[in-house]
Amino acid sequence: MYTFSNRLKIFSIILMVIGTVGVGISFMTSHKSFKQVEQLLAEEAHHGGGHGEEAEHAAPSHGEQATNNSHGETAHAEAGEHHVDKHKEHVEHVMHQIANRPWSALYVAAFFFMMIALGVLAFYAIQIASQAGWSPVLFRVMEGITAYLLPGALIVLGIAVASGTIGHYNLFIWMDPEVVEHDKLIKGKSGFLNLPWFVIRGLIFIAGWSIYRHFSRKFSIAQDTADDNRNFKKSFRIAAGFLVFFIYTESMMSWDWIMSVDPHWFSTLFGWYVFASMFVSGITVIALITIYLKSKGQLEFVNENHLHDVAKYMFAFSIFWTYLWFSQFMLIWYSNIPEEVTYFVSRFNDYKLPFLGMVVLNFVFPILMLMNADYKRIPWFVVMTGLVILFGHYIDIFNMIMPATVGDRWFIGIPEISSILLFAGLFIFVVFTALTKAPLLVKRYPFRKESEEFHY
Amino acid sequence: MEASKVIHAIYTDDDVLMSAVKKVKAERHHIEEIYTPFPVHGLDKAMGLAPTRIAITAFMYGLVGLTVAIVMMNFIMIEDWPQNIGGKPSFSYLENMPAFVPIMFELTVFFAAHLMVITFYLRSRMWPFKNAENPDPRTTDDHFLMEIAVHGNENELQSLLADTGAVEINIIDKEDAH
Repeated sequence: MYTFSNRLKIFSIILMVIGTVGVGISFMTSHKSFKQVEQLLAEEAHHGGGHGEEAEHAAPSHGEQATNNSHGETAHAEAGEHHVDKHKEHVEHVMHQIANRPWSALYVAAFFFMMIALGVLAFYAIQIASQAGWSPVLFRVMEGITAYLLPGALIVLGIAVASGTIGHYNLFIWMDPEVVEHDKLIKGKSGFLNLPWFVIRGLIFIAGWSIYRHFSRKFSIAQDTADDNRNFKKSFRIAAGFLVFFIYTESMMSWDWIMSVDPHWFSTLFGWYVFASMFVSGITVIALITIYLKSKGQLEFVNENHLHDVAKYMFAFSIFWTYLWFSQFMLIWYSNIPEEVTYFVSRFNDYKLPFLGMVVLNFVFPILMLMNADYKRIPWFVVMTGLVILFGHYIDIFNMIMPATVGDRWFIGIPEISSILLFAGLFIFVVFTALTKAPLLVKRYPFRKESEEFHY
Repeated sequence: MEASKVIHAIYTDDDVLMSAVKKVKAERHHIEEIYTPFPVHGLDKAMGLAPTRIAITAFMYGLVGLTVAIVMMNFIMIEDWPQNIGGKPSFSYLENMPAFVPIMFELTVFFAAHLMVITFYLRSRMWPFKNAENPDPRTTDDHFLMEIAVHGNENELQSLLADTGAVEINIIDKEDAH
């Protein structure tokens, strides 16, 4: 049995406390008054120049004329009332973006850690359904990680709903009846995108995943003390069933929880793309936690061959993610249809570094680091690459949410970092608590022996 | 070249062969060659063969393919005749790069795969109309053959190989070995 070391427990609690404080601060400082934002914009226009004008470009209703001289308060009295409206609109737009930032930062971090648990759950089900002979020694690690799924997913859904009820529609503008009223496109989608139906769908997804997680764990532990293979057969059947359920719900979850932040935009392979991101992050976390537990002497039956296999999955799914990322980007870039391409235009103009940087982090780096078979067997090498991959996929989720909510007012500062710390602490706490609940090696699992002696 | 003698020990089971290889290696005899009808896992390790470097060559061939693709399309599409084709930006390579990626990918794979296969053929001396170097036709079906050079220690070797479970031991005069 594994015992949650006190140092790690305290570390995770410290992370949560620091994170909570940071999130609190960022929520308190994000409510700027109209005057403050006006002043801020005037200062920006004065100092940098460029930033204020770029923001102006981003707001679609502003014409060229207004852009060039909107901030020189005195220069154009002749523009009159019309100009005042534009100016007010712009300031309100920016005010809203600033208010959105802590919400989005919290949401991105919550989703990131939730998707790790969900990716691991899918990986776990695949291992059981495919009767893999190498991975059973890692099952308990995977089961530990998936313990975060239920709280994590409820938090994500909770933040999404809270942003539309407590908050001022800070994540999903389709939750704002005012917006829906004046937006034909969103109105047309309101049969799918409406708050009650969104919540019901979300709860169905979470219930389905959690029920599978609950029973697979139950059968796995029951198999330890059983004297036949009934539990193994049951876990095999529910894994196959879950995978069918998962691929539908994962896809719909990605429309609901991510794609609908841009309710004017749609993409067919988006569900797969999000899946690739969650799968590779999940596998990376399996590798990291396995290496950590092994370094503590808890997994003496795991050897470098298992590590090699996990690292191969990290390598292959990094490429798979890139394939989907590029397929989505290139098809839209190539045909350049205005209603689709705005998605990438806004990312390319305002998010150049994270947008292109994540391709380096998620593709170039892992492909060069993990191509060599020998490197995949070296723990510190896999850890370093894994951390880069995880950071890259955080940026990936960041790139999906932020441009729709905060636009060009993004930065990785206190709101973002403290949200990551908060959920990282919670994740570590939940996962390592779950790891103490059962022995770290499955007993009587039919493929256990093969897995223990696995070598490549 | 002068005539040299080799011993051919024939086995009928790959497990027996593996333990025989370990024994012969332990006695510090040099194994010239082993002929098997199918890949025997771990045989190369037991014989102490150096690991293959063919993956490294494939990586470098892939880089060559990538370079060829980039240079070719940069010249054709950007430098030589930068036409406006359907509004695609042909001002610089980077601006139009997404459209080139499928070709860059395919040429990388093409070069890596084909040149690696050709390297394999060259290094293992395989080509059409090549004379088969098979000492005993049974080794392509169900027999395993170990070839050991003899340096005046015939009897000692023979008894060692008999101990390892060889079903047949022959001493062969080899004209112009290799």
